[in-house]
Amino acid sequence: MSVKHPFIPWLLVAWAAYLLLPWYVQEDGFWSMTWLLDGYLAEEDYASAIVHGFSYDKAWLLPLGLCLIAPLLALRYPKYNPAYGRTLIASGATGLGWLILQGLAIGISGWEINSLESLFGVLETRQFGLGYGALLTAVGFLVVLTTGLAARGAMKGDVFVTSAIGGVILLVLVFVFYPVSQILFSAFQNEEGRWALGGFYQSLTSDSIWGLSCLADNRSCGVAWNSVFLAVLTGVSTTLLGLAFALIVTRTGFRYKKSLRLLTILPIVTPPFVIGLALILLFGRSGIATQFFSDLLGIEAGRWLYGLPGIWLAQLLAFTPIAFMVLIGVVEGISPSMEEASQTLRGSRWQTFRHVSLPLMRPGLANAFLIGFIESMADFGNPMVLGGNYDVLSTEIFFAIVGAQNDQSRAAVLAIVLLFFTLSAFFIQRMWLGKKSYTTVSGKAESGAAMPVNKGLKWLSYGTALPWALFTIVIYGMVMFGGFVSSWGFDHSFTLQHYSDAFALSWGEFGLVWEGQAWDSLWTTLSISAIAAPLTAAVGLLTAYLLVRQNFAGKDVFEFGTMLSFAIPGTVIGVSYILAFNVPPLELTGTGVILVICFMFRNMPVGVRGGIAAMSQLDKSLDEASLTLGANSFTTLRKVIMPLLRPAMIAALVYSFVRAITSVSAVIFLVSAEHNMATSFIIGLVENGEYGIAIAYCSVLIIIMLAAVTGIQLVVGERKLRSKSSASDQNKKKLQEQFA
Amino acid sequence: MSLDYKAGSVVFEKVSKHFGNVTAIDDISFTIEPGQLVTLLGPSGCGKTTTLRMIAGLEHPSEGRILIGDKDVTNLPATDRDVSMVFQSYALFPHMSVAENVAYGLTVSGTRKSEAIEKALEGLNLVGLADYGKRLPSELSGGQQQRVAVARALVLEPEVLLLDEPLSNLDAKLRRHVREEIRDLQQQLGLTAVYVTHDQEEALAVSDQIIVMNKSVIAQQGTPRELYELPASAFIADFIGDANLIVGELEKRDGGLASINVGGVEVKVPHREQTQGQVTLAVRPDAVILHQDAGATALAGEVTHASYLGNQIQYTIASELGELFVIDYRVDQPMVKGSSIALDFNARGLALVAA
Repeated sequence: MSVKHPFIPWLLVAWAAYLLLPWYVQEDGFWSMTWLLDGYLAEEDYASAIVHGFSYDKAWLLPLGLCLIAPLLALRYPKYNPAYGRTLIASGATGLGWLILQGLAIGISGWEINSLESLFGVLETRQFGLGYGALLTAVGFLVVLTTGLAARGAMKGDVFVTSAIGGVILLVLVFVFYPVSQILFSAFQNEEGRWALGGFYQSLTSDSIWGLSCLADNRSCGVAWNSVFLAVLTGVSTTLLGLAFALIVTRTGFRYKKSLRLLTILPIVTPPFVIGLALILLFGRSGIATQFFSDLLGIEAGRWLYGLPGIWLAQLLAFTPIAFMVLIGVVEGISPSMEEASQTLRGSRWQTFRHVSLPLMRPGLANAFLIGFIESMADFGNPMVLGGNYDVLSTEIFFAIVGAQNDQSRAAVLAIVLLFFTLSAFFIQRMWLGKKSYTTVSGKAESGAAMPVNKGLKWLSYGTALPWALFTIVIYGMVMFGGFVSSWGFDHSFTLQHYSDAFALSWGEFGLVWEGQAWDSLWTTLSISAIAAPLTAAVGLLTAYLLVRQNFAGKDVFEFGTMLSFAIPGTVIGVSYILAFNVPPLELTGTGVILVICFMFRNMPVGVRGGIAAMSQLDKSLDEASLTLGANSFTTLRKVIMPLLRPAMIAALVYSFVRAITSVSAVIFLVSAEHNMATSFIIGLVENGEYGIAIAYCSVLIIIMLAAVTGIQLVVGERKLRSKSSASDQNKKKLQEQFA
Repeated sequence: MSLDYKAGSVVFEKVSKHFGNVTAIDDISFTIEPGQLVTLLGPSGCGKTTTLRMIAGLEHPSEGRILIGDKDVTNLPATDRDVSMVFQSYALFPHMSVAENVAYGLTVSGTRKSEAIEKALEGLNLVGLADYGKRLPSELSGGQQQRVAVARALVLEPEVLLLDEPLSNLDAKLRRHVREEIRDLQQQLGLTAVYVTHDQEEALAVSDQIIVMNKSVIAQQGTPRELYELPASAFIADFIGDANLIVGELEKRDGGLASINVGGVEVKVPHREQTQGQVTLAVRPDAVILHQDAGATALAGEVTHASYLGNQIQYTIASELGELFVIDYRVDQPMVKGSSIALDFNARGLALVAA
């Protein structure tokens, strides 16, 4: 049977944290335990909340102690008494609320909110970011609160489920909504931190964002129009190209379909700017293709690549596989019987495609377009590498923060504009397409075979897609072999110099010496990604479990909130994290923790989607059987659901690992000298013109990730096959029984 | 050590359940005595499964109280209730062996492993699958899987055993056999069992009591015989066995019987508190007696349809009472389609019902 009062252990932890652990963040880092050895009890920096409260004039920390005592009052009542739940809710909510409020209200320089200062006078003491003590106390309050809610009948009285929902909501609020709202605040403020609506309006409508002068004369348009134009162009072209690929794979007799499917793995393992880099090596001023043609035709090498054409080309290469992935599902989802029906009604192949298949695909095409649009808008690496004079929002945000301007409010305004576009696309995708899907696969066994497309369409698909596939292969060839060439455009002799610069090892006095300049960032990348991956997978799958298996008020909003981070461009996340976590109550910038957290919430939608897909296939009665057999929901999750979801778990782990390695847009704001990531290191190399080492490093990254992904796909894929065959065996058995 | 059952009662007091704006259960009350097998019967969407899930604790009532074994369990989650359930899909854990499945409930509630396995074997023995403990559920036939699900529920020695359409995934021949097994086991162990089905024949065959539900409320509760012979409403009469609903005139009451004029024919049936005037009679298809010589009684009819089914012939008769569905077991005296006939009634297959 379950523990009588499951919140008690958590309350004890919170007590220990409140009484003993350092309340504020430790300078030596989250995992450093120096405070234990170095004057704990004596130093103010290491003091716990209660010590701060009594000895260091931080009286506002004392009410938290009362809130920690209050839950014990609930023990006077039996569990079913409403007073039990009410007491817990009141003490948990008050404690959590107070903890958050005091953190927001009092910062490094005393009162953070001016009206409080005028009310209570100037505060002499100050406080830093919250540390372990505060963290664990907050967890304790949360569990007390959710236990109370469960006792009042929330989630059928299930404490674990209620706590899980509460936990996920709190995390999403703190690490997605709070930082994004900080952007809004800072856009409305001027440099002195005062409200300045006029300034906001001015910068929001400024010509540099919305200017249309490119239509009239030769000057460039505003960044917003640049971004939108590029995104529409990329969205349309990736969708068409993706459709051509999808038709070839599903509706023609093309012989190398399997290798085309391999294309879908590429965007997963490719850091986004790598394509841009390879394009420079091909078509840049000293690229081989450029030089070849200039020798041949005697024209001067141009800079056409830097600007719209280059970014567009790179994005087309990078995002077509994503459109392909979406559309292949759409095309396969059209029931062959629809097309057969059309043919028996005397429609020709072209008429069938034109009037039946294409309209059925329309929502899927719109979906692919919107994904391409969002990806292009959010893309940072390619415009960074290839942008030239063509400014787009994502890079402008970066330059507003790191450039000479260091204009946070301009960055915030740009981020709002960018967010407006991506969120609109996201909204349209969810609201409009969510209701309008023509999935025709019914679960009934269908015998018809997919209809081949007509000749003209077939050759059109071949003509566009196959050269493109070849081009992709060339590009990746450049990435793989580019690192072995001395100096692009000047000296094409074979060399290992770049690899040895990056990854040299030698024996020194103290054993192995990691000499190469890439090692530091590589190890940081791998370790941070390895820490982030299980956390991402855990939060993602837990959220999927809550979404698929539990029903609660506001579930739609909850789902929307957890998927939202997909539509928030990395640069926006980066800026918002800087704004939100540079100052108390959560001081995280410059640490490895902020990178881990950033990856968790950026990649969480991947885990959520994978989990939802896998869990929808598990019969709900399995959970219910476990519950009626006396297991609580946590045991059920652990003993029944998790073992059955192992493939999905492994997949979520690997994808979050790989995505953490490849991401650059948010990371570039959050790295520090101590925690530099591979991608931002490579961008640095590119900016210095060290293409050789950059490309060598990229190829190593791609190979590491390719190994991880294919290794896992082999393991997981095989498992799937086996369970599939056993399922079909079962069906056969059932059929045999029925007909026996 | 052996399995030891202490059958509990189940009481619903004014229970309602709403899902959003939809009312799944509307203010129902009933009592299930310990040691009885009670069936919740009704058409799909009537609320019978929701009722069962509320006993299990998988749903919680919006209003009202639920007592199991005289304890108020209204707000208790499924985990903490002393009931166990056999699912329609059996819900065997595919990644555990049969023995692990059966032992699951014991191990998660803290029984020592050796004891749990011992009890699991005992449970499997009870359903005749003692040698199958090491297999995976996917290696068993449907009927065997069903028995494992029963064993898994039984080893927890629940106060109440719940069965949600346990036979629906079995083929017709196996069904009768398995339902007899379930009934034997329940009687042998003295269990309280609540059984959900939409199949009225199954309900009549296994139950001590049947609770018929319709449109979120209880239409009638009673023994199988009471329901068949004294249906409270036209719905019950039609749902439990077929019935023709015809209108008659109650002429007089004499003791417990009422004389009713049905299209000129007088029949005597228990009056069931109905008084003078127009009444509705439920007439079983086999209680209509057909006479080949037209004019034998006051009631005339015409055969509009006849189907030969081996042991019976089913007729559709057009008469002044409306269209009647008739079953006739005299297969050696078939009536020809289109022929005129006379009809009267066998009083044993008639009942007065609320219209």
